[in-house]
This record gives sequence, structure tokens and C-alpha cells, in this order.
Amino acid sequence: MSVCETEGLVKHRPLGSSTRTADTLTLLSYPGFRDELKMNVNQHTPLAAPYGQPQPGYVQPGYAPLDGGYPTSYMPYHGPAPAYQHGAPQQGYSPFTSFPSKAVAPNPVSDPSSPLDLGPARGPPSSAPPPVATGQPYNQYNQSQGDMQNGPPPMTQEPPRPAASQPYNSGAATLPGHQPSYPQHYGHPSTMQQVTNQMTGMQINSGPPTAAGPGYAPPYSSQPPVSSAYSAAPPPSYTQAPPPAVSSGSVQMAPPSVPPASQQQYYGGPPPQAFNPSLPPTTSQQQFTSAPPTSCQQPLPPSSYSSPMPPPSQAPPPLVSQPQQPFPPPQPAYSSAPPPPDSQAAFTSGPPPGAQVSFPPRAPPPSSLAGSFPPPGPPPSSAPSSQYPGSISPHQRPLPSHPSPYHSGPPPPRAQMPPTSMAQSNHLPPGPQGQQQPPLQPGMSAGYPAQQNGAFGQVRGPQPGYAGPYPGQPNYGAPAPAAPAQKRLDPDAIPSPQSSDMPAVQKSRHRIDPDAIPSPIQVIEDDKAKVNEPFTTGVRGQAPPLVTTSFQVKDQGNASPRFVRCTAYNMPCTSDMAKQSQVPLAAVIKPLATLPPDEAPPYLVDHGESGPIRCNRCKAYMCPYMQFIEGGRRFQCAFCSCVTEVPPHYFQHLDHTGKRVDCYERPELSLGSYEFLATVDYCKNNKLPQPPAFIFLIDVSYNAVKSGLVSIVCQELKILLDNLPRENPEADSVVRVGFVTYNKVLHFYNVKASLAQPQMLVVSDVADMFVPLLDGFLVNVAESRLVIESLLDQIPEMFADTRETETVFGPVIQAGLEALKAADCAGKLFVFHTSLPIAEAPGKLKNREDKKLVGTDKEKSLFQPQVSFYNTLAKECVAQGCCVDLFLFPNQYVDIATLGVVPVSTGGSVYKYTYFQAQSDQERFLNDLRRDVQKPVGFDAVMRVRTSTGIRATDFYGSFFMSNTTDVELAGLDCDKAVTVEFKHDDKLSEETGALMQCAVLYTTCSGQRRLRVHNMAVNCCSQLADLYRNCETDTIINFLSKYALRGILNNHTKAVRDTLINQCAQILACYRKNCASPSSAGQLILPECMKLLPVYLNCVLKSDVLLPGADISLDDRAYLRQLISCMDVSDTHVFFYPRLLPLMKLEGDSLPVAVRASEERLSKGGVYLMETGLHLFLWVGASVQQELLLNIFGTPSFSQIDSAMTNLPVLDNPFSKRLRELIDSFRAQRSRYMKLMVVKQEDRAELVFKHFLVEDKSSSGGASYVDFLCHMHKEIRQLLS
Amino acid sequence: MSTYQEFIQQNEDRDGVRFSWNLWPSSRLEATRLVVPVSCLFTPLKERPDLPPVQYEPVLCSRANCKAVLNPLCQVDFRAKIWACNFCFQRNPFPPSYAGISEANQPAELMPQFSTIEYIVQRGTPAPLIFLYVVDTCLEEEDLQALKESLQMSLSLLPPNALVGLITFGRMVQVHELSCEGIAKSYVFRGTKDLSAKQIQEMLGLSKPMASGQQGRPVAPQDASAFCRFLQPVHRVDMNLTDLLGELQRDPWPVPQGKRPLRSTGVALSVAVGLLEGTFPNTGARVMLFIGGPPTQGPGMVVGDELKTPIRSWHDIQKDNARHLKKATKYYEALANRSAVNGHSIDIYACALDQTGLLEMKCLSNLTGGHIVMGDSFNTSLFKQTFQRVFSKDYNGDFRMAFGGVLEVKTSRELKVCGAIGPCVSLNAKGSSVSENVSERTFNINHNAPVPQGGRGAVQFVTQYQHSNTQRRIRVTTIARNWADAQSQIQHIESSFDQEAAAVLMARLGVFRAESEEGPDVLRWLDRQLIRLFMFHMRRSPFLQVFNNSPDESSYYRHHFVRQDLTQSLIMIQPILYSYSFYGPPEPVLLDSSSILPDRILLMDTFFQLVIFHGETIAQWRKAGYQEMAEYENFKQLLQAPLDDAQEILQTRFPMPRYVDTEHGGSQARFLLSKVNPSQTHNNLYAWGQETGAPILTDDVSLQVFMDHLKKLAVSSSA
Repeated sequence: MSVCETEGLVKHRPLGSSTRTADTLTLLSYPGFRDELKMNVNQHTPLAAPYGQPQPGYVQPGYAPLDGGYPTSYMPYHGPAPAYQHGAPQQGYSPFTSFPSKAVAPNPVSDPSSPLDLGPARGPPSSAPPPVATGQPYNQYNQSQGDMQNGPPPMTQEPPRPAASQPYNSGAATLPGHQPSYPQHYGHPSTMQQVTNQMTGMQINSGPPTAAGPGYAPPYSSQPPVSSAYSAAPPPSYTQAPPPAVSSGSVQMAPPSVPPASQQQYYGGPPPQAFNPSLPPTTSQQQFTSAPPTSCQQPLPPSSYSSPMPPPSQAPPPLVSQPQQPFPPPQPAYSSAPPPPDSQAAFTSGPPPGAQVSFPPRAPPPSSLAGSFPPPGPPPSSAPSSQYPGSISPHQRPLPSHPSPYHSGPPPPRAQMPPTSMAQSNHLPPGPQGQQQPPLQPGMSAGYPAQQNGAFGQVRGPQPGYAGPYPGQPNYGAPAPAAPAQKRLDPDAIPSPQSSDMPAVQKSRHRIDPDAIPSPIQVIEDDKAKVNEPFTTGVRGQAPPLVTTSFQVKDQGNASPRFVRCTAYNMPCTSDMAKQSQVPLAAVIKPLATLPPDEAPPYLVDHGESGPIRCNRCKAYMCPYMQFIEGGRRFQCAFCSCVTEVPPHYFQHLDHTGKRVDCYERPELSLGSYEFLATVDYCKNNKLPQPPAFIFLIDVSYNAVKSGLVSIVCQELKILLDNLPRENPEADSVVRVGFVTYNKVLHFYNVKASLAQPQMLVVSDVADMFVPLLDGFLVNVAESRLVIESLLDQIPEMFADTRETETVFGPVIQAGLEALKAADCAGKLFVFHTSLPIAEAPGKLKNREDKKLVGTDKEKSLFQPQVSFYNTLAKECVAQGCCVDLFLFPNQYVDIATLGVVPVSTGGSVYKYTYFQAQSDQERFLNDLRRDVQKPVGFDAVMRVRTSTGIRATDFYGSFFMSNTTDVELAGLDCDKAVTVEFKHDDKLSEETGALMQCAVLYTTCSGQRRLRVHNMAVNCCSQLADLYRNCETDTIINFLSKYALRGILNNHTKAVRDTLINQCAQILACYRKNCASPSSAGQLILPECMKLLPVYLNCVLKSDVLLPGADISLDDRAYLRQLISCMDVSDTHVFFYPRLLPLMKLEGDSLPVAVRASEERLSKGGVYLMETGLHLFLWVGASVQQELLLNIFGTPSFSQIDSAMTNLPVLDNPFSKRLRELIDSFRAQRSRYMKLMVVKQEDRAELVFKHFLVEDKSSSGGASYVDFLCHMHKEIRQLLS
Repeated sequence: MSTYQEFIQQNEDRDGVRFSWNLWPSSRLEATRLVVPVSCLFTPLKERPDLPPVQYEPVLCSRANCKAVLNPLCQVDFRAKIWACNFCFQRNPFPPSYAGISEANQPAELMPQFSTIEYIVQRGTPAPLIFLYVVDTCLEEEDLQALKESLQMSLSLLPPNALVGLITFGRMVQVHELSCEGIAKSYVFRGTKDLSAKQIQEMLGLSKPMASGQQGRPVAPQDASAFCRFLQPVHRVDMNLTDLLGELQRDPWPVPQGKRPLRSTGVALSVAVGLLEGTFPNTGARVMLFIGGPPTQGPGMVVGDELKTPIRSWHDIQKDNARHLKKATKYYEALANRSAVNGHSIDIYACALDQTGLLEMKCLSNLTGGHIVMGDSFNTSLFKQTFQRVFSKDYNGDFRMAFGGVLEVKTSRELKVCGAIGPCVSLNAKGSSVSENVSERTFNINHNAPVPQGGRGAVQFVTQYQHSNTQRRIRVTTIARNWADAQSQIQHIESSFDQEAAAVLMARLGVFRAESEEGPDVLRWLDRQLIRLFMFHMRRSPFLQVFNNSPDESSYYRHHFVRQDLTQSLIMIQPILYSYSFYGPPEPVLLDSSSILPDRILLMDTFFQLVIFHGETIAQWRKAGYQEMAEYENFKQLLQAPLDDAQEILQTRFPMPRYVDTEHGGSQARFLLSKVNPSQTHNNLYAWGQETGAPILTDDVSLQVFMDHLKKLAVSSSA
């Protein structure tokens, strides 16, 4: 960073000197555009057609987007077509469009409206014209954008761009394009064109790389092209891209919002003005109260930037004013800034600084761009603020006028806010139509502010105000903007003079505006906004809302997305197509997923003694796709076409449509998911199963006792035993329990009800494990309660003085297995284990941890089990239906790769609590344990996936065992386990029939009933690649790719696996670019709408600890994560790879704050953020957070008094604290594992850990930043295309 | 000197010894001609209330391979303070502590009445007695309950400092830890896996402490209890153990239909032996095994768990059809030897209706001096009282048992020991044998060298053992007999013949052979050897006849036969039959079917059974209830008389006999009918007339026929 910064500074300064920030910004942005990198996230929006309806909506919505409009717009989207159509939706849509890149994407129509799409990618450059359609507004936008763009680009671009001036032009062009594009997108459902447009928009011009991007080139020249992508240089490209993207909207949603912001910032000047014009008054004002700073603000920022010093000073004032409103500070800054130049001018001038300014202003901001932020830590903060201010300032200016909007914005959705801001800025430029278009740019600028707002309050508020006008814009900028805005907003930053300096640096680095590249947040928010009514599964090939969106599902013949999610809902008809596209065809199936209370669990169907009705040939179960013929006397299998007689007792007449009359009375004929009662034929040994048993095996060696584990477990078990899983909540659970403790030998306990005291049976013959007793070992809790409690009381005492440090492990599992065998039932073992099993016994392990092997060819061996003993054991366990859950409490290497073999093969889980301390880890452990014990679980399960002729399930990923190629055997299957199934063609599919899959899981319930759960899924088939790309789900693809990669490292060099991933991803995108995107400059990065997040997510996967270990990541950690991920469902992988980062500055009502992107530059020094990764929960507290916040959250006024060791927030009686704790609780409730809360104070040592999860930034282990990676990806794609 | 009869009786009372010949032929040739070998029945620990032990150590001959103990037969030079060993003629000085001896002041061991003398040895720390219960849990609930009660009761009979341990087994083997508070803890072993002693000790966590222990010497009790959680002083774990026993469950493993419960007797014993071996080698210990069925799995398995495969019978054994027999026997013999070497004895209490594998396991007791008790159920007084009697005490309040006995036999040069029959195992040392828990033994003494005329042969028995009060004691019995020249003094020799002793000795030899040879061969051998009344019954006894007896029963009877004293042995060979009637006092009657009369009550004592048999008329009277009527008081007394006598026998005998009260025509009458001489059978019934007795439905020859044949044979063979 430092290096970059310095360079940046140098360069920038010159630039700055030459021109104002605003100018530079614009320039930068332009260059960027010119440059190759154009991220068009083509939204398949067009494809989105499904959403298609939305189109209408979109258009308007498009505008709306920025504002709160999004949500509305989304709503419409989701809403069936009709809904969309509604005028209302439109408005709504517009907003959405902006966001919902995805949502938008789907809806072609929306595209136009959707800012993102429209804006950036398509519109901008070439397509600008096309966009035209949507055009007019866009045009306006364009115009405005032009300004705006200037704005946006500035952010990132500016710095690099110095040269930018040209860029500007180009950029301008592009921008306009973008804007138009946005419009296009939105409106545009225009498919291809839009796409291209989007492309352009998206175009994250790698421009920088390419010398082409004059502006960029210069700065990045070196980096520019290929390397550039990664290198800082690349960023520029990105930046460019971003802007485009933003404009393009493809990336849009996110980008738009962000980009807008950035743009605004960049353009700051201009946009602001523009915005000002349009929005100005209101929004800006509020936020910037001072907004007043007179439009100057924009300039101001720049100015501020330009003249760092001043800004600071100014900043302070703003801050002051800000206090009330987060933005305020910025405003001051802005105000100051503003004063200097006219809006734009100022900016421009500022830009130089400004560009820098906007972000740079307060160094941090810039940093943010490059990631410089992080380093500047403090400066950043200031910087951010400055930036924000800067940006804000620009915005502010606009804001000033806008301010009110902003304010108002806040009220609306947060996202909107930013957007609004963006919008404003955009609007400003656009002025008239602008709103929408403007939004884009405005969005840009506004975005920042918005973000700022968001950061502080929530900018959104303002949006409302904007909403009207900008809505569309908001959409664009909104999302993205928000994030950036916030960072930049940091009013604090502004004040500090340093920041000003910093900015420059930052500017230099960033060529690509992070806000201009596809933003996950934007996409997520857009999608959320689209959903306003239940998702019905009746329509074949319809992609469900994202996992991050909460929605209701109505089963109308296909399995709920909670059970099954596919990577593509439009499968290619032929394997050639599939190969060409390289899009993985897979489904993530979570057969026993828990449904929300408002959705009915699958119905239980009893077909009587003869068992479920099945196809004679392929044995597929009766399902809605079976075609009844001959008056209902026979049915034709939908999978294999075989005709089967209908058994007499099942006969029913057909109605005139050929449907059975009782179709809707029978779940198996009308629903996607249901259960059959299995007959004795489906049971092991043709004997109805016994109720399962739970066996608790507790390590009582020295370590376990000392850490307090033993007493905690025993204490907890007393309570837990009342909560064993049961089907009928009224009745006692029929699950029997048994207890074993062990160190070098095993201790079984006889807890028969008739005993006065439990009896301990020691088995020291570990070489040849056996179970010493049967009757009395597995008991009914209710009957033996007293004895069990007595036992659990005594265990900790008995071993309190133990000196035994050696443990065994293999025999422990054998013991449980033998016990289940003896009892002739299935069951689950809960093993609480602390150390590497070195005692003499089967399965003995040695310490093989060797860091030197990491990165070598031998690394892969470390992921493989050390001995084959456990594989054999696992096989036996599976045969018996013995599922093993392993709770590990290691203080050193325990070889999880080996110990985990059995849990993973038996459908169990591994939990790991490194350096377990009773005090701090107890809560997490106990919650995990409780959940693990209580959760619904099936035993002795076999899963079989049947597909229609033409495709075939070829590969399975998850926690299970396979003894042949088709049956997935799971000793245990709980509600959190997902299996990813990959499909391959073995023949052609037809577009008429689509592709069917039926997943049947035969299992034993916790009450000992044998059942078959059936999930049916039908997807469309397509012969056009475009259709494929239109209907994919990136989250699911990532889920698949990550599991694929993690399996790959068992046999391949990690690096090779990473390369494979990158290649595949590049091929997917290149194929799209080649076949689906309209021709455009090779420099444009065009992404399919529904895959526009693929690069960012993929980058997260590549950077994950497993694939790219940092120095502090142990082999155990990697093995642990590897196994963990293998059974994650889509929502788990999503949050795991891209953590959710929520600003907590304002918590109001029931809605969540809009997340910000996982990048340090999005963090405001004055803010508090909550980050969730699915495994961890961080509360990040900025160094200059307001006292009030601290008081509300921690009950202490001083930052230094915050106890960073706390794992739970103090219970304070104020709404904020309550709401925050509720929020945390609800997060925890959503995940299968309890997340321990870690309070991270800014600049604390622990912050390193936290930063590790800021996945858009460069990681300490060498992972590329998002911007860098996007550049690299672009390069790869270009190589593939050429 | 009085009669030989008196002499013999006196010798038996004083020394517990009965010789077949009380004058010994002076050469081997002559001895062989005598047919009945020169041998003796010796009861090493014959109870001698009148013999107070002396509190010092015996004086030993200083010759390394002699080590005979100073005895009344030694020549002593009081002035020189020197004595000459009468076995090796070594001249030994008296130890300093004997400085004061003179002819007037002789130590006890030099006085003739102290031909048997007992020394208390102060060497080493006294080790507490050890009782290790090995309990089968595959019993019927009722049986188990009875057994538990017996065991709990036995705790109160143990001396407080005795160490007690508990091993239970069924499908698994559990070694219960007795020291821990709270949770009852036990170590479990798989019932199918043969473990070495070392493995067992390791698994029980016993491997380390022995390192410092004195090799071959008992470990101090406090040390022992510190490291051995499985054997604890009774006074400390009394309550604990009582609770533990109270909570003993039946083997928790379900037994499927058509299967025997899985019983890991072999491993349980192996663990018990291993445990004691590791913790208390060479210390008196008693392993008490309670079984309710045959071992069905693991090493030592006697029969599989399939009920459709019956346990081996004599028939199977003769046909060589007993799959597990040899293997199991070998396994138990190995265990028995290990146990004997360490001075631990093993009792077997087998209570089941079917066989329990005593045939295979008998060596456990036979070689270690343990008891074998066989019954139908633990819930019978037979078992309960027998078990109680194991802990009976002598006049001093000490158990009538001793541990870790080592019996050395020293003989004059002219004699050599050729073997011993009894509950002992050879140490393979020249001229000595080892055993413990001694009650009765038979020795064969063979001539080695020609004996000088007119001299006296001497035999010295030196028995070292641990007394039940934990003292170590040495009992020395020295016996001398005159030599006689068979040619010149044949009458003397004849008159010195001890008919009873000879009969028992011959019977034991026969049984000993029967153990190792085919039944008919033994009978033939016996027939050739001697002819006496006893032999007729001997031939028909279960000791030699396996017909109608299961292998287990045979083993059981033989076991007791070779270890009871002479009187009891005689009873076993020829049951005693008393007759009660209004015609006079009870009188012994011939063991003959002719004694079975309607108006008599018969009391038969076969040692193993005590049968009261009411004649037909008596039975009818009893049924009619005459004994309840005042005017028939005498009838009541008549009925009561045999009961009282039986009670007296029951009180004293170990193991308690099976008590049968039956009547004419009763199913249990078979016990009587099978023993009596079948002088009247369905074959000759009418020939003999019907006036007396009851016919026996058998094809066996009667005594009359036997004698006829015998006479014929004697004549013809001599011819």
C-alpha cells in the first residue's frame, strides 16, 4: 500500500495541481471507460424476462432504484409478471433495477430502468445509442452522467486517470452511454444491446491497463494490461470498468449504486452540480445541512482534497455540523470544498486532489479505493471522512440541495439513500430526466453521500426525497454508493489534514472505482426489493430469489429452493453447449432443510402395504410429472418414459386435461416435496427399525478436565436430555441415550433405571473394542433420569484428579458403533475430544503437521487421512447407521483431516474450539451442542437422484459415503446438511420437456419411522447459450465450485486447483462474451447479469483459508474448513465467502440496515459495524465512534474502555442496544453454528483477524483485491477471446 | 503293644497317617509280590486340638539336599550338642538357641509323642487371606438372588482383614473395583479373547507396582491394597461390596431363543488368576468360582451356544466326538498350574441341572486343592449350607483351611516316593510334591534300595503352609515302620495289613487310572489286583462306572473320592445302610436288595446322598397320618429317628450331601435301588421267593454272582 500510495501521491498531486479534483475525477473515470475494462454486467435481465414483467416496472423503477424505490421496484419484480406490469411496480422497479442487478438482470425490461444495467455497461460507450431507447432519460442521464460520470470515475479513476481528461471524454461518452445503458438496461430489457451497453457500462475498462486508457494508461500504464488487473494498475481498469459498470448497470446494481457514488465523488463536482440542480436542495441539505457549502461542496471536497489542509479544517466544521448528522461533517468539508470551485470546477480542481479528493480527500477514502484505506488507518478515517466529505462534498453540493433528499433519503431504505444521493448527483446532471439517469451519476455522487448517509444515519432517508426523481438513479448508485459513501463520508476523516494528503495517494492508486464494479450488496438489495409475494414453484425453470432474500415459498410442483437450488434453471440441451459454456450444472440439495413456520413441512403420504408407487423401470417415485394415460390405468414415467400399471387401489379417473381428478388431494401429484411412509421392504434386514440412540462419548483426559470441558458437558447434558429430537412435541422422545467417557481406556456407564447408582465399566482392551453391556447402557431418559443425573454429577468429580494425558480415538467410535450394533439400531455419537490420539490403539496417529509442506506437492497429502483405519471404520459406521458428530477442543495439532474422516463420511459434523476456555467459549460450544442435539435428524439414510433421460447425476459433494456411483449413503442426515450434485449430459435434452430431477431420501426419523422424502425439480432446457446465461444462480455456482475445488486439493496441488477455478470462471464469462454479448470493444469486460458477481465471489473462494492459507492458518483449520464447506448449503457458502457487513450507526424499526461491501474502505471510523461470516460475528468499533453510540452499545462513553474480550454485549435498557442484541440473536438463529461475538476495536491487534474477512481487499496471505482480481479475470477472458 | 488295630487307630489320630502295610517288606521284589503297594493315606493338616504349635523354627539338617527336620527319631548327643539326621545320617550341631538342652530338658520335637509337631514361622510379613469371588451372572433371577445372598452372607464370615475381590462374568468379564466411592466401577474384558497375564495386568493398570516388590514374597498388605483396587480388606469395603452384590444384575445381554447364554468362564478364570498372579503371588488366596452353566464362549469353551448341540456325554467322549474337550481341558490345566504355582486355590461351585463342564474344569480344583461343589441350584440348602461350611471354623476360631501349602516328603534311603494322588501338583523336585489346602492324600512309596534287616524305615512329611490366621506354619510328621523280611516274617507282614487303608488306596489307584484310561481296562486291572468285598461296590460305584453318570458327575465324585479321609472314602465305596424298625434299635444292614422291607425305614449314606427310605407299609401309615395321633407316638418317634441321624451327618459333612426323603415306589427311591446289591432282580425274583426284599430292575450281576466268578477266576488264574 504504502508504495502505491506514494506513487499515487506523486502522480496525483501533479494532476491535482493541474486540475481540480472534479476534473481529474471525471478524467479518470473516462479513461477508465475507454480502457478496456468495462464491466458490463450484462444483465440477463433481459432474460430476466421472467421478471420480464417487471420491465415496465423496471423502467420507471429504474429510476426509482436509487431511492427507496428499489424495494418497491423489486417487489414488483418478484411479483409475477403481472405485478411488474403494474405501473406502480415500474416506479418500484426503477429503483430495483438499479439494485437488483440480478433482479434487473432477469428482467430485460427492467434493464432499461435498472440503473445499473443501463447505466454503466451498456449505455456508456458504444451502446450508448442503443440505450437510447431507454435513452432519453438516459440521455439526460448521460448528460448528467457526463457530469456525473465525471464524478464517479473520479473516485477511482481520478487518481489514476489524471490523464483522465480524455477518459472523461470517453468516459463521458461512456458514461452517457452508461447512463443510457442504465436506462437501457432498465428499459432495455434490450437484451443484447443492452448487454453490450452494459458491457460498456460494466466495462470496467481495464483501460488503465491498456495504454489506451490514456488517462489510465499513464498511471497504470505499467500495470495496465494484464498484470495490471491485479496490480494496482488493474484497478484503474476496474475503476473504469466500474464506472461503466455503474453506468452499465449490469454490474450496476451494486455498481450503480456504488459507482454512482463514486462517480459522483469523482464527478463529484459535476454530478453534484447536476444533482444539486435536480436533487440538491433537499437531500444534500439535510445531510449536509451545510450542504450549503453551496454547491461548492462538490468542489469543496475536491478543494478540500486539493487543499488537504483546508479541507481538514473545513472538515472539522462539517464534522461539527455533522455530528447531528453523520454527514454533516462531510458537508462542512464540502462546504469548504464547495466554496472553492464551482461544483464541478471545484471538484475538478479538487479532483486532482479531488479525484483524490473525493476519496483521497481524506486519504483514507482513496485508500479505500486501493485499499489504501486500510493502511492509512487513521488517515483513512479522516480520509474516509474526507472522502466522504469529498464525495459528499460533491454530493453535498448537490446534496446541499439534495441534502434534504438525502435526509429524506435516510428514511427510505438505506440503500436508497445512497442511491438517492447518487441519484441526486446523477440527477443533478441529468437534471430533467436525469433523475433516473442522473441517478446514475448522481447515484455516483449521491451514492457516496448516500453511503455516507448510510454510514451515518442512513442516507437512504434522503432517497425518499429523491425517490421520486431519482429513484432510478438511486438504484444505480444506491447500493454501491452507499458503501463507498459511507467510507468516504466519514466526516471525521475530512477534518484531519492528513487525510487530505492521503487522498492524493489514494487517487493515484485507484484506477478502477470499486464502486463501479459489481457490488454484491447492490445485487442482494435489489433482489430483496423484488420480492414482495411468495415465490411459487409451479413455473418450470424459474430462478428463485437469492438466498439472502427472505421470501415465502409456495410449493406448486417443484421443490422449494430451501430444499433444492440449481446452478442453472435453464440447462443446455446438449453436452456440447454445456462444455462450451463451462457453466457447471449442479443442484444443491438440502433434503431435510427446516422450513420457516409459515411453510408447511412436506406432507406424509401412505400408499399402503405395497409401498410407494414407482416406475417399474427406473424406480422413480410417483410425482407430479408422471403422465397418466389410458384413462388413468397406467402412467408414463417422466424420467424414463416407461409405462407402468396403476395399482387398483391407486386408480383414479382423469379429467378432460388428462390430470387425475384427485390431483390436488394427493401431495405426490401436486407438490414438489413430500414424504412417503416406507414399508418394511425399505428397511434394513426387512425389519422395521428401532428408535435411534444418542451416545455421548466424553474425553476425560487431563486437558479436557482442566479446560472445564468435562464439567460443562456434563452439566449441559442434564438439560439437553429433555430436548432430544422428537416428532411429536407432546410426547417424550423415544431416542435412547448412553454415556461413555474415555482417555486411554473407555468407561461405559450402566444407568439402568433400577440401579441406585450408575455403574462404570472400564474397557481397557482398546485394541479389540467391544461393548461391555447392552441392557442399561442405552436407556430411556425419562426412566433413568435419576441415575443419569447422578452419573453426570459424578463424572467431573471422578476425573478431577486425572493425570492421564493420552487419549484414544478410533476405539471410541468403535465402541459407539458396537453399542449401536448390539442394540440393533441407528444412532448418533457425540464425541467430545481434545487431543491427537497417540495412545497405543487402533487409529493411533502421529503428529505430521509440517508447515514446510504447505505450498508443495506434498501439501495435498496433509488433507488426506493419515491412516486408512478411519476409512474402514467409517464404512462400518455407515452400514450400521451410526452418525458421528465430533466436537474438538484442541490445544495443538489434532489432525482433523484424519479425525474428521468418520464424521464426514457418516453425515456428521465437526465442531472445533481451538484453545477452548470455559469462560469465553462455553456459550458457543453449548449453543452448538444444543442445536446439534435438538435438531431434526434422520438416520440410516440413502439418497438417490434420478434424472430424466439426457442427464445424469455424476458427482456428489457433501458429508456422506458412497459405496457405488449412485447411492449416497448417510448414516445421519440433519437439517443443515446439503449435498451438491453435479449433472452431466449423456444425451440430448429437449426444450419441451425440460430436465427433471427427483431426489429421494430414504431415512429413519428420530422416532424410528422409516420414510422416503422426495424432492422433485424441473428446469428448462435451452438451445441458446443466452438463455443459459440468463437463468443462472451465481451463489449456487459458487457453492459448487468451492466444493469442487476443496475436493480437488485432495489430489492436486492447491495452486493448480486455484488455476482451474480461474480458468473455468474465465471460460464461462468468455463464452458469454463471445456468444451472448453484443460485439463491443475487447477492452470491455462484459458480464452476464446473473453472473456479474461471479468474479467477486470466486475471488473470495480463491482467497479462502483453505485455498490460500495465511501464515497463521494451521493445517487443522484448513482441514476443518474444508470439511465444513463440503456440506454447506448455498446460503452458508454465500455468507462464508462473502461476509455480511452491517453498519450499525442507526438501527430503526424492524428492517436491517443495508449491508456494506466487505472492504475496509467502506468502514467509517466513526461507525460501528457488525460482520457475520457464518462462523464468526465481529463487532467492529471505529476509533472515533460517537460517544452516544458507545453508551448505547457498551454502556461506556470511552472507546478505550471497551472490553474487547466480551463475547456478548451488555444488556442495556435502550432501544438501540435492544435492537442490536436482537439483531445479533437473529443472526445467530439463522446459522447452524453459533457465532461467537468478537468485539474488534479499530487499530486493535484483533483487527487483523477482522480484516481477514474484508474480502474485497487484498488479503495478508496474498489474495487479490476484488478490483485486482476483476482485472485479472478480464485479462484472462480477453486471452480466451483472442 | 496292643493290637494292630489299635496301633493303626492311634497312628491315625496322632499323625493322620494310615499305611496299607505297617511292616514293610525289605525288598522291592517282595513289595511287588504283596500286590497292594506300600503306601499310605496322609492327612497333612489333620486337626489336632491337643497339639499347640511351637513358636520357633524347625531345626534342619544341614545337608543341602536333605534338609530334614529334627525329629524324635534322631540320635542326639546332648553333650556335644549334636544330632544325627535319621535320613541322611549327617551329623548336625544344634543351633545356639538349643544350648540349654539336656536329656532332662528336651525340646518338644525330640519327644516321641510329638512325632507330629507344628512350628510357627516368623519369617516375612503375614499376608492376609484373599478371597476372590468369580460369579456367573447368566443365572435365573431366582438363582442369582440366592447366590447374591449367599455371597453377602459370606462376607460376614470372613476375617475383617481378609482381602476380597469380585469378578462377574457372563458375555463379558467384569472385574469390580472396590476402592472407589460413589460410582461402582469395573473393568471389563471381552469374553472371547484369551489374554496373557501381562495384558490383563496392564489393562487393569497393575503393571507398574510390582517392579519394586520382593520377588516371590507376598507383598505387604498395605502396599498391596494401595495399588490393587480390586482386592480390598473386608472391613473396608463391606458395605460397598454388599451393595455391589445387591445390585448385581443378570447378564444384560439378551439370550436369543434356542441359545445358551454366553458364558465366558474361561476368560473370567484367566483374569482372576492373572489378577492374583500379578498382585499376590505366593500368597494364600482362594478363587471361588460360581457357575450356573457350561462355558459357552472363548477359551475354555465346553459347548457352543446352540441349544441344539447338547453338551458332551460319555458316549461322545468315547466316540471322540467332544469337540471342545481337549482344548478346554488343556486350557484349564494351564490355568490350574499357574494358580498352583502361586499358591492360589480355585473352588468350583457349580449349580445347574445340566452339566457345567466340571469334567474340563476339575483340574482347577484338583490341582490347586480347591473344592468342587455340585448342586442343582444356588437356591438349595445343599449349596447354601455347603458354601457356609467352607467358612467353618475350628476350635480356635480359625478357618479350616490353609493356603499355599508345600509338602515335602523325606524318606529313608531305602524308600522313594513314586507319586501322590490328591489335590496337589508336583513341583517336579526330587522326592517332594506340592499342594495346598490339604486334607487327604495318598502316597505311594516305592522301594529304592534293599533295606537292612531289623532297621526302621522312616518317612517325614514336612508341610509348609499359610494358616488361615495368616501365620506361616510348618508341620512336620515323622513316621517310622519296621522292616520285615517277607520270607521269614510273612505272617507279621500279613497281620500288619490294614484292610481298610488298602481298600481305599487301591480304589484311589483305580480312580486315578480311570481318569486317564478307558473304563473297562481299569475294571479289569482292578479285578486282577485284589478281591475283597469293597471291590464289588467299587466296581459299581460312580467312581469307575460312567454309565448313568454324566462326565461332570463322574468328575465330581472322583474329585471327592481322592481327597476324603479313610472313613469317608469307605462310605463312598460301600454306602452304609441303617435300618429302623419297631423291632429294635437302628441296625446296620446289608447293602442288599433284601434289606428293603415294607416295615422298615432305611437310611443310606453314600457320602454324596443321604437317603431316607420308607418301606411300603411305613409309607402308607405315614400317609394315613398315624404319626399325628397321640396313641401312635412311637410311630412318630420311629419316623423321627432316621431324620435325626441324617441331620447329624448333614451337620458335619462337607460338601453337604444331597438329602433325599422318599418312600417305596417314589421316584427318588432310585438312589437307594441303584446302590444296593441286586440280589433280587426281575431275573431271579421268583427263584428267590417273594418273602423278603424288593426286586431291582437291573442286569447288573449281584454280589453272589460276582463272588462265584471271582472264586473261579482265582483258582483258574493260579492254575
